[in-house]
Order: sequence, then structure tokens, then C-alpha cells
Amino acid sequence: MAMQMLPPDWPGNFWAHWAIFAVAILVFVLLMVMVFIWFERRALAVMQARLGPNRAGPFGLFQSAADALKLLIKEDIVPAKGDKLVHWLAPVVAFVPVVLIFAVVPFWGGAILADLNIGILYIVAISSVTAVGIFMAGWSSNNKYSTLGAMRQVASVVSYEIPVVLSVVGVVLLAGSLSMQQIVAAQDIPFILLQPLGFLLFFCGALAEINRAPFDLTEADSEIVAGFFTEYSGMKFGLLFLAEYGEALAISAIVTTLFLGGWRGPLLPPFLWFLLKVGLVFFVIVWIRATVPRLRIDQLMALAWKFLFPLALLNLLITAAEILFWPAVSLWVFVPINFAVMIILVLLWSKFFKLGWGKVEV
Amino acid sequence: MATSTKEIVINTEPFVVNIGPAHPSTHGVFRMRTTLDGEVIVDMEPVFGYLHRGLEKLAEERTYTQVIPLTDRLDYLASMSNNLAYCLAVEKLAGIAVPERAEYIRVIMAELQRVASHLIAVGAFLNDCGAFMTPILYMLRERERILDLFDMVCGQRLTYNYMRVGGVSQDVPDEFIPALKKFLKEMPGWIDEYERLLKENEILLARSKGVGILSRGLAINIGASGPVLRASGVPWDIRRADPYSVYDRFEFDIPVGLAGDCYDRYRVRVEEMRQSLRILRQAIKGLPRGQVRSEVPHLIRPPIGEAYGHLEGPRGELGFYLVSDGSIAPYRFHVRAPTFINLTALADMMRGWKIADAILIFGSIDICMGEVDR
Repeated sequence: MAMQMLPPDWPGNFWAHWAIFAVAILVFVLLMVMVFIWFERRALAVMQARLGPNRAGPFGLFQSAADALKLLIKEDIVPAKGDKLVHWLAPVVAFVPVVLIFAVVPFWGGAILADLNIGILYIVAISSVTAVGIFMAGWSSNNKYSTLGAMRQVASVVSYEIPVVLSVVGVVLLAGSLSMQQIVAAQDIPFILLQPLGFLLFFCGALAEINRAPFDLTEADSEIVAGFFTEYSGMKFGLLFLAEYGEALAISAIVTTLFLGGWRGPLLPPFLWFLLKVGLVFFVIVWIRATVPRLRIDQLMALAWKFLFPLALLNLLITAAEILFWPAVSLWVFVPINFAVMIILVLLWSKFFKLGWGKVEV
Repeated sequence: MATSTKEIVINTEPFVVNIGPAHPSTHGVFRMRTTLDGEVIVDMEPVFGYLHRGLEKLAEERTYTQVIPLTDRLDYLASMSNNLAYCLAVEKLAGIAVPERAEYIRVIMAELQRVASHLIAVGAFLNDCGAFMTPILYMLRERERILDLFDMVCGQRLTYNYMRVGGVSQDVPDEFIPALKKFLKEMPGWIDEYERLLKENEILLARSKGVGILSRGLAINIGASGPVLRASGVPWDIRRADPYSVYDRFEFDIPVGLAGDCYDRYRVRVEEMRQSLRILRQAIKGLPRGQVRSEVPHLIRPPIGEAYGHLEGPRGELGFYLVSDGSIAPYRFHVRAPTFINLTALADMMRGWKIADAILIFGSIDICMGEVDR
């Protein structure tokens, strides 16, 4: 793949740009993951009428650091009949793609490691690799719970890629570019207003891909103990955990970039806007986790294929038609239209299709 | 079929997964030896006995009064009901009368205990559904207040040892009734809050409606009782069918389910909480003054004979069967543990469902291992 670069005008020459950004991204991901873990635990605690971490540092801010330290010095156990090499490799395979995603995420105008002209395609391609890591983790553990979790993961990723990609296409049509930088630049109106249905579908699909509630079947703690990382301990577990929250962070960043206008916003500095929006999206993810029960595997599949997939196709069709037939009309006109379309379609579809009480025919 | 394509045969075989004895959702040390075909449960064999303490034998070595703390350890989420059921059996055996005030206090305690136990049951069930901790933590918050009330009357929060043969150990303190009234005023609002949270939730409906159906016939045949039986559409409640204590003086409805699925079992429990509050209100109103314990000798020597005392516990018909040989200790002590009998139908309810449903079905029966393994 030919890496096409922006002229490295910031912060210096080509290699300095790469080196600085590589370090910055690693620091950003690790730091933000720690903050997010703390944030999720505190936010959940508030929603669940309890306190949450409050001992280590002010408001328990250093809890994540303490946990990480504990994981580092814990014994690393590999199951006796497990596949040692795969077991060792799995956390790496799961974690690396998460960091790679941030290579194309624009933190603010120009602050991007590589402004690929196929940025969003790259994200779609790279983010699926994490699923391989998770499957490796489940398979190599030689544990039945892990295997079940891994199978569920593969099934859900394969199904949910499709609506996710289809809803991204709507955004790409509007922006006229696959480059993340260009997509943000095109958002004079945040695309969440122009693509409300697309946003909904993308968000649902993304939640399923990163195993967050209500689609957290991969690690369904009440069913299969901890799913694919039942047999992990020490820092390997830490890395898988990091990958998980890194994914949540990545999804928040992608949603911010694609739908919420990225770093753009009045008054505040752009990076702060970016952080705020990422935090907001993550808060919604946490909020959902605290509220709803979990789906069953067949209902998960049904939701993807019977609900998200057709709606994503329709959304794509409508967006394409709007762009093709009324190119001159101001985009603001489409905001109420698209909201109306979303409401009508979602209501209609939920009339046709219930999640299905009891057994669902496959 | 003239083509020469080789027929592709994929060999799949069912595999055995042990759910439990140490598993987040088995509510104790219960073990389900499940045979799975993919995610579908082909067969399930319950294995228990991990918590066996020989309680029935222990009871036969103790005097009648000394057995009461042992009953606390049966269903540790409903110790008051256990105490009461045992005392009922002994009173029947020895022919001991109970003062009026004690009867009312007993009813108050038993109904509070039912609410506390159902809060745990419903919360744990929703937790099994995957509603991450929120419902159960909300419900634990209210259970805490009931435990505070118990703490007030007997100084204990889990194993109360409050009932005595012929009454209760001590009268309720002065601050108890106002505190209970306050609780009764606020509790309906809390129940409404749980209902708002999840009653109509599409995912919960999809997960629990029509899942794990226990048919009316099977429920009766296995001798199921409590909310499990009532959710299957049988309005059988010992409080009505064979009124003990002073239950015949109170007005209350028996909530009944229609389908006998997990959702109905959940609904029945929530409705029962409301009915319990109703009974509590009437009991406070009618609470008479007077003694709380009749004169009972320290060493009770019931006449030779046998007696069976039972009541409607939070989990079903809890019964104690006592045989007396005229000595100070029971000759035979047997517990009819409701959840143990309700579990009989577990395999039938689970077969053909997915592993996620199995957890849900199991959670909806609401077992307490202290009672299943005695």
C-alpha cells in the first residue's frame, strides 16, 4: 500500500513528524485508556448508587495505575494444555490494531500521523484484526468458556462489519472523500444531523464490534465467566483489557470524526473539543452499559441481518439519491428530512420486526 | 446424484461444559453439567451437595430451642421465614399457643423478609440477564433498609434467630414502628422505579418472554411451589390455602402468571412485593398490645408424635417435619426445601435453549444453596 503523506509541515521534517506522532499516539492511547477506565468506574458507580474507586489519589484517579502495577507483578499463567505461542501472541494481535487506528485519527487540523486518502477504509480493515486476536485468545486457552466467547466474537464481527461499513459509506458520500481529515473538513454541519440514521446504525454496529453492552456476549460475565480472557492473568490480561478499552476509545474517536465534526467547534481550542466529544461518546457507551440487559447470540444476529443491514442499505440509497438529484440545495434542508426519514424507518421496521420472544428461527 | 463431488461431512459432536460449582451465575455452589451442541443445551444434569452440612442430623442432636439458629443457616436470604416455619412445627407438635401480638410481629417479619428476599431474587435475575449490576444494586439499597429494621428488633442482619417457640424473642423497640411506616411509605415508589427501569425493556422482553416455560401440569407434578408455581398459573399460596399464624385476617391478592416463562416469574415476584407491603400496612394497623411470648419451658418435651409445620416462604412451601420421641431433642428432623423441589424441573425447562437462556432460567427459579444442600 502506497503511503501518501501530507506535506509534513508539522511539527518538522518527515521523520520527526513520524517519531513524535508515534510516541504521542502511544501516550495518548495509554493515558486515555487509564482515564477512561477510571471514568467508566466512577460513572457506573454514580448510576448504580455506590461510590466507585475513591482511595488511590484524589477521587481514585490513580486506581488504574495501581491496577496496572498489580497486573505487571502478577504471575503469568498459561493453561497446561493451551497453545503457548498463540496464547502469548493473542494480546499483541488484539492490542496493536487498536493503536494503529489512531494513525489516521485527526486530533486537530493537521495533527494526524498519516492523512491517508483511504483513511476510513484503513480503519475498517485494521479494526477487524482485533477480532482475530480475540479469537486466538479464546482458542489457545483450551477452555470451553473461552472457546464459546471466541466463537461469539467471530460471529458478531462478521455480521456487524456490514452495517457499519454501509453506514460509513453514507458519510463518505456526503464528504466526497475517504480521508479522515477531509471528512472533518467537510462537516460544516456535523454529519450526525445529516446522517442521523447512519449514526444510529454505526453506533449500534460499533458497540457490537467492540463487545460493549448490550452486545457484550463475548465476555458475558453472567454466562461464560469472562469469555475469551477467562484463562488470562498478569499483564497479558492487562493487555487484552487495554485492547478492549482502546477499542472503545477508538470507536469514540471515530464517531467523533465521522459524525460529530471532529475537532471543530467554537471558542475552545480544537484538541479540547476533540477530547470533549470523545468523552461524550464514551459516556454514552457507559450509560448504555449501566442500563440495558444483554442480547442472546441469535438475537444479536437477527438484529444485524434483519434490522441494521436493510436499514443501512435504505439509508445509503436515500443519501445517494439526495446527493445525486439535489446537489445544489443547501444541506440544511436535508436535516429535518433525514430526521423524519430516520424516525419513520425505525418505527416501521420495529413494527415489522420484533427481536422475537422465545425461540428465533435461524 | 451422478456428480462426483465428494460429500463434505462435518463431524460435530456435543461437548460437556460444567457451569459451576464456582461460576458467577450459579448463586452459590450449584453445578450444571450441561451437554452443548454449539450453544444449544442438549442435556443438563444438576449436581449438588457441595454445601451439605448435615443440618438435619445436627438438629437431631439439639434441643428444640437450639435448633432455631440452625434454621437460620438454611435459606440465608429468608432466615425469618425459616425461623417461623420451624416454630410453627414445634408449636403444632407440643401444642403451644402464641400470644396475639407475637403473631402480628411474626407476620410483619415474614412479610418484610419476603420483600427482602424477592429484591435479591429479582435483582439477581436481571443481573443474569446481563443488566450490568444496576438493578441489583438498586434493590440491595432497599434491602439494606429492611435489614436495618431487622437489626433494630434483633441485632442481626442475616441470621436473625428472632422467633421463639411460643412467640418471638423480644418485643419490637419503640422506634421500629415509625421506621417501618416510613419504609412502607417509600417502598412503593422504589418498586415503581425498578419497573420504569426494565419492565418494558425490549431486550428484557426478548430475552425472557416465552423462555424456559414450565407448564402448569409439570409444575404441579413436580410439586413446585412459590412464585415458580404461581407463574405457571396455579393460584396456590399456603397463606390462603392453609392459613397459619394470623394470615386469615389480612386482605391480599395472589399474583398469578399465565405463561409460566421467566418473565412471568419475574413479574409475579414484583407483584408479590406489592402485596406484601399491603399485608404489612394492615398488620401495623391491627398490631395489638400484650405479651410477645407465652410461657414455655426451657427444655420443651413434646408428647410422642409427629407434626408438619409449613408456610409460604419467599421461595415456596417451606416445611419442617418433626418426629418426637418424648425427649428434649427431635427424633427426626426433615426440611421440605422449596427450591430443592423447584429445581427438579430445571433440566426440562432448559433443554433446547441456548446457554444464555439456561442462566436466565436458572436465575428465575431463584435458589438458595444453603437450602438445597442442607
